Amino acid sequence: MSDERILIKGNEAVAYAAVSAGCKCFFGYPITPQNEIPEVLSKILPESGGEFVQAESEVGSANMLLGAGACGVRAMTSTSGPGIDLMQEGISYMIGSQIPAVIVNMSRGGPGLGSIDASQADYFQATRGGSHGAGRTFVFAPSTCQECYDMVQDAFDIAFKYRTPVLVLGDAIIGQLKEPVLRHAPRNKQDDKAEGWRVEGMGDRAPRLLKSVYLEDGALAARNEMLEAKYKAMRADIRVETIDTEDADLVVVAFGSMGRIARSAVQLAREAGHKVGLFRPQTLFPFPSEQLEELAKQGKRFLVIEQNAGQMLDDVRLAIRHYADADFFGVMPGIFVDAEELLTPILERMGGAK
Amino acid sequence: MSIQPGEKLVFGAPSTLSDRLTHYCPGCHHGIGTRLVAEVLEEFGCIKETIGVASVGCSVFTYNYIVADWVEAAHGRACATATGVKRARPDRMVFTYQGDGDLAAIGFNESVQAANRGEHITVIFVNNTIYGMTGGQMAPTSLIGQKTTTSPRGRNPKKEGAPLRMAELLAPLDGVAFSARCAMDSVAHVNAAKRAIRKAFDVQRQNLGFGFVELLSGCPTNLHMDPLSANRRVREEMIPYFPLGVFKDVTANEKAGA
Repeated sequence: MSDERILIKGNEAVAYAAVSAGCKCFFGYPITPQNEIPEVLSKILPESGGEFVQAESEVGSANMLLGAGACGVRAMTSTSGPGIDLMQEGISYMIGSQIPAVIVNMSRGGPGLGSIDASQADYFQATRGGSHGAGRTFVFAPSTCQECYDMVQDAFDIAFKYRTPVLVLGDAIIGQLKEPVLRHAPRNKQDDKAEGWRVEGMGDRAPRLLKSVYLEDGALAARNEMLEAKYKAMRADIRVETIDTEDADLVVVAFGSMGRIARSAVQLAREAGHKVGLFRPQTLFPFPSEQLEELAKQGKRFLVIEQNAGQMLDDVRLAIRHYADADFFGVMPGIFVDAEELLTPILERMGGAK
Repeated sequence: MSIQPGEKLVFGAPSTLSDRLTHYCPGCHHGIGTRLVAEVLEEFGCIKETIGVASVGCSVFTYNYIVADWVEAAHGRACATATGVKRARPDRMVFTYQGDGDLAAIGFNESVQAANRGEHITVIFVNNTIYGMTGGQMAPTSLIGQKTTTSPRGRNPKKEGAPLRMAELLAPLDGVAFSARCAMDSVAHVNAAKRAIRKAFDVQRQNLGFGFVELLSGCPTNLHMDPLSANRRVREEMIPYFPLGVFKDVTANEKAGA
């Protein structure tokens, strides 16, 4: 595929990225605000030799995903918050059975039916392991359409590298926003190395079983120790974007769509002569705690901005707890803010200096 | 098992069945159902290209007995997981082996929708009218008046509805290529069950659609019966409500039409 710059929505970027990354199966159920993902894939995935299935529910999607992933095939589903609720069962089984898959959540407001507007209130659900039994998923947080494209490509590599479901957590803003996106073949596509574990029919080797049940004495404990070690190993793939943090007195911490608005607000503060920087986690689990702690050691202050009542705030506080505390500015899901509105709380924390 | 000098092997187990004790209770029919599936997979010579999808319930450990690649599904989701497997590997033989709580209660939607899509999978459904693994609770197929640990006064159709007849329910769906109900209480019934299971795999082999066999089974432990009484119950109480027969066979229609 030759590189090509096109103007598309974040949702469309997700769909194109999946096909370019070699996704062979997509299972999904309609829900706003992510419908362009299955709509585009229902056209282009079969054209590229893949399978598109509109499932009966998100329960169906997630468990179909488990089946395709068990075959060592690159497979994906997409949904929005309420659909993730229903997928938690399948996600838990995929974690337990070590089955790779990509799950996109273009989240919306809640609880309950909530709204179809943007929300970052699924942070806890995404990063704490939304299902029973302590499982965690790797979580990417794109803040541009280009990042939707690049991170979905990378999500497949991460899924197979760690044999785990990977979440891509966007929201209504990221999904519906249109931006120029450079479509490209995966930059460093990894070898999935699925030959050693996938189910495929045993041929002449010993039979294989992918399962999550461990009833023998100590077996589940050993399984969970292995999984915990895997979550630690995932820290090698932590990503974060920092802007002007070196000389900053105040570091604004924000992710996803609020991360991009905060970037503009930080720019405005700089233009007004304030030493403000931006710390934008691009992976939410594992969380860039060490990088934040380094900044805290330098005596910087922190302001967390999220479109919820304070969720990532917990991770920031845990990361910097020996050296600093974090202040918080929350925007309720469904409320749209611009950079000017985020500038106010930033300037307040700067004590009107300059 | 080794043959000693002077002995002659007159009856053996299929090579597709592992040589290990099952966890099934004495008198349970799961062992027969598992063996029949293993026999068919051996006869078709396709075991090396087969992927089994395990369910939750007494059927979960089928993967310990049929020697093949397996993936374990969540409770009720075997047909959804098998859909994912078959879509990823359409060249493989894919089957599920599920009980009544799994297929007809918690997994009803996944089962019916997979059947309606005409997924090219084979579904073996063991109906013993009770939840076995969890200790004898009411199943979607429990008979009217049947006492269980959660229907101590007997199943009341006014409150709990009537038992679901899955083989008849699935048969009219266009995606279903074969649907039959068999029993395992007598040699004749076991032989008929074997023929039906063959057919349910054969329609998959021919890419004709969803293959389904319901197998009526005894559950002496949870019915508090000895094995012979549980067998008799299949004949005298279950079959009158769950009639045996082939409810759909697209290959038969083709022949009739030809």
